[in-house]
Amino acid sequence: MKAQLSRLAHTRSGDKGDMVNIGVIAWRAEDYPALVREVTASRVFEFFQDRISGPVERFEAPNLGALNFLLHGALGGGGTVSLRMDSQGKAFGAALLRMEIEIDE
Amino acid sequence: MIRVANGQGFWGDWLEAPVRLVGQGPIDYLTLDYLAEVTMAVLEKQRQKNPELGFAADFPPLMERLAPSLKQKRIRVVTNAGGLNPAACAREVLRRAPGLKVAIVTGDAVTARIGEFLAKGHPLKNIDTGEPIATIQGRILSANAYLGAFPLAQALAAGADVVISGRCADSALLLAPCIHAFGWAADAWDLLAAGVTAGHIVECGAQTTGGNSQVDWRNMPDLAEIGYPIAEMNADGTFAITKHAGTGGRVTADIVKEQLLYEIGDPRSYLAPDVVADFTGLCLADEGPDRVRITGATGRERPACLKLSINYAAGWKAIGTMVYTAPDAIAKAQAADRIVRHRLEKLGLRFDEIYTEYLGWNACHGQAAPAVSEVPEVQVRIGVRGQDRSAVDRFTRELAPLVLSGPPGATGYGGEGRPKVREVVGNWGALLPREEIRPSVEVLE
Repeated sequence: MKAQLSRLAHTRSGDKGDMVNIGVIAWRAEDYPALVREVTASRVFEFFQDRISGPVERFEAPNLGALNFLLHGALGGGGTVSLRMDSQGKAFGAALLRMEIEIDE
Repeated sequence: MIRVANGQGFWGDWLEAPVRLVGQGPIDYLTLDYLAEVTMAVLEKQRQKNPELGFAADFPPLMERLAPSLKQKRIRVVTNAGGLNPAACAREVLRRAPGLKVAIVTGDAVTARIGEFLAKGHPLKNIDTGEPIATIQGRILSANAYLGAFPLAQALAAGADVVISGRCADSALLLAPCIHAFGWAADAWDLLAAGVTAGHIVECGAQTTGGNSQVDWRNMPDLAEIGYPIAEMNADGTFAITKHAGTGGRVTADIVKEQLLYEIGDPRSYLAPDVVADFTGLCLADEGPDRVRITGATGRERPACLKLSINYAAGWKAIGTMVYTAPDAIAKAQAADRIVRHRLEKLGLRFDEIYTEYLGWNACHGQAAPAVSEVPEVQVRIGVRGQDRSAVDRFTRELAPLVLSGPPGATGYGGEGRPKVREVVGNWGALLPREEIRPSVEVLE
C-alpha cells in the first residue's frame, strides 16, 4: 500500500556549497530495506526537479538504517549568492517526508 | 575519560549555552565553534575597516564572564573564535580576563599566498565544479586552510587555559583535547576517526540534544532550557554523547543519527584534515536516559591535501517583499511579480538572476508542497543579483510603487523599509598539498 515517507523515516537536511544533503533515517531497523528499495536517487531527483539541476547521489549507511542524499545544484548558488529564502536547504528534509512510497501492509 | 562539551554551533548561537555548560555539571573542556564559511568573509571586511577586528566578537566577553569558573573548575577552552585575527582576539581576552593563559594557533590564513601557490603549480580548481581559479582572480577576499587538531593539542600541552585558533576543521576542536589527554598518535586512524566523529556530532550544538529534531518534537522536554551536548571520550576511542542532568532536550540514538548525517557527503569517507572517518561501522546504542554510547569508529589515512576556503566578491543583491491578501492572493502576487519584471526590463537593467518565490505557498517546498486552491495571504519575495550595483539599487525602488499602482490587496510593505543592497560573497573550495601549510602555536600570558 502507498504511504508517505514520514511513516517509515525521519530526515534532516542542510547545505554544502550549492548542494543540499538529506539524511533519511528509518524509525525501525526492519524498514531500512524498504527505504533502499523505494527512495532511490532518481525518485528523489524527480521529487525536487522543479528546484534542483541535479544530479542526485545516494549513499547507504545500513548500520544507521539510513540513506544520505546529495542534491547537486540545489540552492541557486548557495551561501550568500543564493536568492532563495531557504538558502541553506533546511526545508528539503521536511519536504521529502511527503514523498509517496510503497510499504508492506 | 574526558568530558568535552560544545557550547556554540555558530556565531550567533545561544549566548547562555556555554555559561550553563560550565555551571550545571562537570566538564573538562569547553569547545566553541563560531565559524561558518561565510563568517570568514564577514570577518575580512571587519578587519579591513579596523585591524584590531576580524574575530568572533562574542568570545572575549564570554571569557570575561566565565574566567573565575574556568579557573576554579579547571575547565579549558578550545575555540576557532580567532577567525582571521587570533592575535587580536587573544589580546582582547587577556584585557578582559588577565588571569588566563591564552595560546593562539595560526598559519591557516593564506590570502596573500594565492599567487605563490599558483606559481608552484597548485591549480586551486573549484572542488565542486573543476573551474579554474582564474574565474575569480582579482576578486578574492579571503583564503584560509582548514587546520587539523594537532597544533591545537600542542597548545594544550603548552599549558594554555584557552586555545584560540583561526580556521580549523570544526571537529578539530574536540579532537584536540583527546589527542592531548590520551596521546593519540598522528597515524592512529581509528582513534582519530573516533574524535572526528564525536566532534562532528557535537559541532552544531543543540542539534544533537533535541533541537531541530523531528524525533517526537511535540513532546521534546523543555527546549527553552535545552542542554548542549557533552561527549564523554575514552582513550580507546569509544565515547558517549550526553548532556547535563536536569536540562531540556533529549539525547537518543535517533536524534544523534540525524546530526551524524547532517551536512555530510559519503558516510564512508568523512574527510577531515587528520583522518578520513568512516561512519558506516558505527554502532549507536541508547544507554539510559539522555545517553548514547558509540563504538566502532574507524578511519583511513589522512588526505594528502588540506581544503582551502576562499571567499570572493560576487556582485550585489537585494531582496524585496510584498504581501497580497485573499481573494486570489496568489494570482495578485504573481501579477505583481510580472509588473516588477516588466519595469526592470523597460529600464534596460541587467541582472545575473531574478528569482521570485511566494512565502505561504511554494517558497520552502516548491512543487512538493500540498496543493491548495486558496490561501488567505501570501508574501511575494523577489530577489535580484548582478555585477552592477546601480542596477540592483534601482530594483530596490520598484516594489513600493506597487502599493498604489499594482493589483489590489497589497500590504506589508515597509516593515523593513526599502530593500537593502548587499554585497554577495561567493565561496570557493580548493585543495592544497598539506606541506604548504605550517601551523604555528604561540602562548601568551
